[in-house]
Amino acid sequence: MRLLKDRLARRAMGGLAAVPGLLVLLIVVGLFLKSKAILGVGPLSGLLFSTAWAPLKGQFGFFAFIMGTVWVTLTALVLAVPVSILTAVYLSEYAPRWVREAAKPVIDLLAGLPSVVYGVWGVLLVVPFVGDVLAPLFGVTSSGYSILAGGLVLAVMIFPTIIHVTLEVFTSVPRSLRDASLSLGATKWETTRHVVLRKGAQGILAAGALGFSRAFGETMAVLMVVGNVPAVPRSLFDPGYPLPALIANNYGEMMSVPRYDSALMMAALVLMLIVLFFNVLARRILVRVERRFR
Amino acid sequence: MNQPAPISIRNLSVFYGDLQVLKDIDLDIPARKITVIIGPSGCGKTTLLKSLNRLLDDSERVRIRGRVVLDGEDIYAPRTEVTRIRKKMGLLSQKPQVLPMSIRDNVAYGPRIHGLRSRRELDKVVGNYLKLAGLWEEVKDRLDDPASTLSVGQQQRLCLARGLAVEPEIILGDEPTSALDPASSQNVERRLMELKRDYTVVVVTHILRQARRIADYLAFLYLGELVEHGPAAEVFSDPKDPRTRAYLTGEIS
Repeated sequence: MRLLKDRLARRAMGGLAAVPGLLVLLIVVGLFLKSKAILGVGPLSGLLFSTAWAPLKGQFGFFAFIMGTVWVTLTALVLAVPVSILTAVYLSEYAPRWVREAAKPVIDLLAGLPSVVYGVWGVLLVVPFVGDVLAPLFGVTSSGYSILAGGLVLAVMIFPTIIHVTLEVFTSVPRSLRDASLSLGATKWETTRHVVLRKGAQGILAAGALGFSRAFGETMAVLMVVGNVPAVPRSLFDPGYPLPALIANNYGEMMSVPRYDSALMMAALVLMLIVLFFNVLARRILVRVERRFR
Repeated sequence: MNQPAPISIRNLSVFYGDLQVLKDIDLDIPARKITVIIGPSGCGKTTLLKSLNRLLDDSERVRIRGRVVLDGEDIYAPRTEVTRIRKKMGLLSQKPQVLPMSIRDNVAYGPRIHGLRSRRELDKVVGNYLKLAGLWEEVKDRLDDPASTLSVGQQQRLCLARGLAVEPEIILGDEPTSALDPASSQNVERRLMELKRDYTVVVVTHILRQARRIADYLAFLYLGELVEHGPAAEVFSDPKDPRTRAYLTGEIS
């Protein structure tokens, strides 16, 4: 009887553990099936690389949205990665222990804030800052609702993730390796640059990839500040319309338009595959890093 | 060749938090000799060694009292520049710590930091010190491979070459053979015996037989205290302190 229970419990838990994995698969398959209608209309490249977005005329070109996503994400990464790495370097190499211990929970708290909070903060502060301060500084006019605003908000949102991972990587570099460099007469900064950063290079890459997938899929906060104009942005001060925002804004509203829902599904599929790819990549790099330090 | 310097340690005490790990050490380390510091694990050997090139500085909870005089200069004086002190000493650690770069760059790292830029000069330095460390023949065709592809024994000799390349006066070894196989250990010991002609060598070990093989001068540490020191032959044949005798006969370890 007890053995039976044991066996049952094992089966049940095994089954439950398989659910998340299956879900991912199901979502991908489901999205694919749903977007088949639009895939049947024209060639895939026509969908991905056309800028013609006129659902009422049956034109579904995703290029503007893909570019919107790419621009916002890249802006966020360019802003966030250097700052995060330097923050992590400071925390792991220079800061006294109590500062490091105090900073860690705060950083993790930032990672857990609801994104709509970041969105509100963006609308109240970042958008006016970009529109009224930065744009005149560069001699352009902008409403503030722009790629740059989206990038800034996103950058702040992915700081904690990148800092957390890189800090982890830096603190796993053994003390004796630093000593080896220091004992040759290297300064702390030389040691950090040539030894710690180099030893952690792969980990930094993984942190970047994690930050990327977080930024790529972020919907709410970006949607609130980026302007949502379906055109390929030509400068940082132009508005954009990233894929997630497209889906969130339109799904459930214009379902009477033929194939619209299918197009949105297709957008979701593209988004999902890219994020999945970067997540797997980041995880693989991290696993390799951990193995190397053990 | 440089003029190797003796080291004078005066009233050196080291605390980790409230724990005193070194108690009023007074020791003169002679030049051009191998001084071996022996003692059971946890007696403060490594701490003593690290205090010689100020590697303890970076730990927050460490307090250091006393003086370490090198070339007539107190290395703990407030105006002493720590990088200059460390450049005077090459360190071999327990496990070889190769830097995450190529074999060539490992050796060139030190000279480069200290301002040597010419590619040709650097190549010469790399060749010279790899030869001096007895590694040249094994790696001359693969200088651009990552240093981590070397065997552990080769890595330790690479660390030796790297340390020598900054032209130190002193070589510090913190149980430098403890991670190596017998043949590699012997190789490293032989290098140290050769190098003592031009350098002051200080080696920490808990292997008594190794101490017998290489020591000219011997210091015995026990529970943070310098119990006995003197020419190796004397201390080995006629220990004055009962604790030294007990350690040498294997009663305490």
